[in-house]
This record gives sequence, structure tokens and C-alpha cells, in this order.
Amino acid sequence: MRCSTTWSRIESPLLYGTRLRALSILTAVTLTAGFGLAFFYAPMDADQGFMQKIFYVHVPLAIVALCGFVFGGIMAIQHLRTGDARYDLRSYVAIHLSLILGAGVLVTGSIWARASWGHWWVWDEPTLVSFLVIFLLYATYQPLRFSIEDPDRQARYASVFAIIAGAFVPLNFLAVRLAQAYTHPRVFATTDGGLPAKMQLPFYLCLIGMALLFATLWKYEMASKNTSAKLRSLRRKLGGDEAVARRGRSAAPSLRTGS
Amino acid sequence: MRRAVGALLRKELRLELSAPQAVPAMALFSVTTLVVFHFALQRGQVDGDLAAGVLWVTLLFAAMLGTSRLFVADYEEGGLDGFLLAPVDRTALLVAKAVAMFAFLVAFEVVAVPAFALLLLGPTPDASAVARLVLVLALADAGVAVVGTLVGALAVQTRARDLLVPLLALPLLIPVVIAAAKATTPLLLATGAGAIPVRWLAILGLYDLVFGLLAYAVFDYLVED
Amino acid sequence: MTDTLPDNTGYVAAAYLVFFALILIYVVIMATKLARFERELAELDELADRVAAEREHDQEREAVST
Repeated sequence: MRCSTTWSRIESPLLYGTRLRALSILTAVTLTAGFGLAFFYAPMDADQGFMQKIFYVHVPLAIVALCGFVFGGIMAIQHLRTGDARYDLRSYVAIHLSLILGAGVLVTGSIWARASWGHWWVWDEPTLVSFLVIFLLYATYQPLRFSIEDPDRQARYASVFAIIAGAFVPLNFLAVRLAQAYTHPRVFATTDGGLPAKMQLPFYLCLIGMALLFATLWKYEMASKNTSAKLRSLRRKLGGDEAVARRGRSAAPSLRTGS
Repeated sequence: MRRAVGALLRKELRLELSAPQAVPAMALFSVTTLVVFHFALQRGQVDGDLAAGVLWVTLLFAAMLGTSRLFVADYEEGGLDGFLLAPVDRTALLVAKAVAMFAFLVAFEVVAVPAFALLLLGPTPDASAVARLVLVLALADAGVAVVGTLVGALAVQTRARDLLVPLLALPLLIPVVIAAAKATTPLLLATGAGAIPVRWLAILGLYDLVFGLLAYAVFDYLVED
Repeated sequence: MTDTLPDNTGYVAAAYLVFFALILIYVVIMATKLARFERELAELDELADRVAAEREHDQEREAVST
């Protein structure tokens, strides 16, 4: 049984806050430049015309969301290896954020499908289909956490899930891609070659911008969680244990301190 | 380690043989599902890719039913604690449960697949096609068994385990469905069984390997107290 | 770009709007959390004042009684 004093120290929120402003500014600048170039510099696509511009928001979002899931898995590995609860929080926030971005990917992908082929959903695009499967998988992360009451076990099982799911991401893409290869050729150009030079710069800028956006939002979320934990601890120190409201069941990792 | 696996496996099989819960339920469920498919698809016979799809959906959903049962008895009757006290490698439990699950799958498929052939399948596959079908079933069942054991262990401690098991397992099993359905389709063609593209067997094998290793790596953390 | 807006502008606009809506929703959620933090900090500040006042009160009483 782990005793409460081995629960991690709460990190000072300032640790996330000091570089946050610079990061936000960098994100805004990069994304604005990326989107600007996408609309005003990149050439019109020969097949798809103007609606190909959705590519510059949809694909970077998808790549960053997938990397976010894998990052969550890596944090989970660290959590199981070291037992440090902070890694669990990092994993949770990364997966939570990637899931929200993933919803955005599915919606923008659906809009693109509608614009390209007239249907709100198509099975032909393997990346989108793979993404749906991954999304459905990670959507169970929070219900899984919520259904386990013991926080220690909740964190451990969530980490196991994050590792399994993170390893599953590449396997799933491989399988779906192979399933489609013989029915339809790949329609959308990606970074794996085939992108004309003038499209590459805006695309990479948007990709970097999205990655920075993920980092920014992740830091915001971490700072926010740390702050509320510190407030709770402060309340306990000043008012004693009675002043603190009972924490109900929650899916989010709790940062308890040893007093 | 092998003795531990053997002992645990014998316990699982004996438990199921003495009070059959999982296998009869899975078999009955699969036959019922086939009947439902008949009415839902409004067809008397299926062949080719439709047949492969019907077969694999039926098998998969029946397997989901059986997975929850795998750990519940242990959990409820405290068998897990007894195991944890023994000086045995934890992964022995994983291997034993996975092999038991595989055995259960094979057992119910002995009923389900002939039922499918009887009720819904149009073309009658010849002996070599049946042999190849058995191969595909074996590879796919291995994957389902490993994932089922993992997800079962994950979900047994939760409060909503019967809901969580299919929710967690089905997305994870999508590559198995893809590969198994694609591999089975040539065997059930109305025009006579064809060859299976090797790539799908390779994917099934790769999946089994990857998830087997993954399960081996993480299982300890699931069975800690 | 051509003189008249292409037909697919609506879809492109919708996709980018979805993206921005996601970010703005996040901003709103963060704003709510910040408001709650400010309120809690104000409460804790008050609590700290009360605790300090109590301690002074106790010290005075001890000084008087000795």
C-alpha cells in the first residue's frame, strides 16, 4: 500500500506559467502565418480547387492529435515505471486534449468529405477511418477512469490503457491503410511526398503551429490543475481538514500532497 | 512457470466444464445472431464478402459476451488474492487466461461456424477451403483471446464491466476484423473458393505478436493489489 | 484567387470556423476557471486574516494572564 507522503509534490504553477505567454504568442504568430500563406501563397489545387484549403487545418490537427495520444502513452509508461503521479496527470491532460482536437479532426474531415464527394462521411479515406476508430477507443478513457473509485488503481489502470491504446495507433493505421489500398487510390496528398513545393511551406508552418497550439493548451490545463490543487492545499493548511469540501468521484487525477 | 500455467489452465477449464457458463451462452448467442441476421438482411443465403462480414460480426460479438466472464468468477470469489500470494510469475495468469479464452472461442466456434454454414452460407466450401478457414479462425482467435484477457483484466475492477469490455475491446479488434474478413472472403465465394492473400494472414500474425508482447509487458500492473 | 468567391467557400469557412470555435470554447472554459480561482483566493485571504486575528487574540490573552 502506498502511503500518502509518496504522492508527488504539487509543482508550482509558475513552472508552467512563465513561458506560457511566449509560447502563446509564438503559437498565434505561427498559425496566422501558416493560414495566411495557405490562402494567399499556396497555389490552388488542380483537382479540388478552393476546398483543398481545408487540408491546411484538418491534416495538421490530425497529426498533432495522434502525436498527443502517443505522448499520453509515453507519459503513462513513465508513470508506471516511476510511480510518480505527476506523469499520470500529464498523460490524462494530453489524452483529454487530443480527444477534443480529434473531434475537430472528424468534423473538419466530414466537412471536407461533403465538399469533395457530397457525403458527410466516406469510408474511402483510410486516414479518416483510422482516426474514427482511434477516437472511439480513446473516448472510453474517461468512462474507464470514472468507473474505478480508488485513485491509485484508477491512475494505474488508466496508464495501462493509455499504453495499449498508444501502441495501437500505428497498428490501426497500418491495417486500415492496407485494407483500402486496393479499392481506392489515396486521394489527399500528405507530407509523404506528392506535395508541390509551394504547398509545403504553409503546410509545415500550420503543422508546427498546431503542435505549438497543443503545447500551449496542454500547459494551460496543467497550470490550471496545479493551481486548484494548491488552492485546496492552502485551504487545508489555513482552515484545517473541515474547511475543505469532500472530493467526490472524478475521472481526473487528483494531486494529493503529503502534509 | 510452465507448471503454474498448467495448473491455472486446468483450473479454468475444469471450472467451465463443471458449471458451463461462457461457452454455451456464446454458442447460443451466435446462433440467435445468425437468425437475426437472416431477418435483418432479408436474405436466405449470403456469399463472398457479405458472408465473411456476417460470420465475423457474429463471432466477435459472441466473444465479447464471453470475455466479461473470464475474470468475474475470480474476482468475486477471491481467487485472485490467493494467486497473488503464491510465489508465481504474474504473467502465468495472463498466459493461462488467454489460453483458456482461446479454448472457449474454439469451443463455441465448433457450434457457430457449422451453424453459419447451415443457416446462411450459400456456397459449400470444400475441404481445403475449410482448412484455410480454420487457419484464419485460429489466428484471429489468438488476437481476440489476448485482447479479451487484457480488457477483461482492466474492466473487472470497474463498476460497469459489462459495458466497458465491448467498448474497449471492439476498437482494439478492428484490425483483426479487417484482416479476418478480407481473408475469409475468398473462401466463401459463390464461384468457388480462391486463395487467401497472404498479407491478411501476415497482419493477423503481426497483430497477435504485438498484442502478445504488449500484454506481457503491462499485465503485472493490472494484477497488483 | 478569382474575382468571385468560389462555390466551396462555405465549406472551407465552416471547417476553419469549427477550428476557431474549439479554441474559443477553451478560452471560455479557462476564463470560468480563472474566475473561480480568484474567488477562492479571496476567500482564502479572508480565512488567513481570520486565523491571524485569532492568533493575536490568543497571544494577548496569554500576555494578560501571566
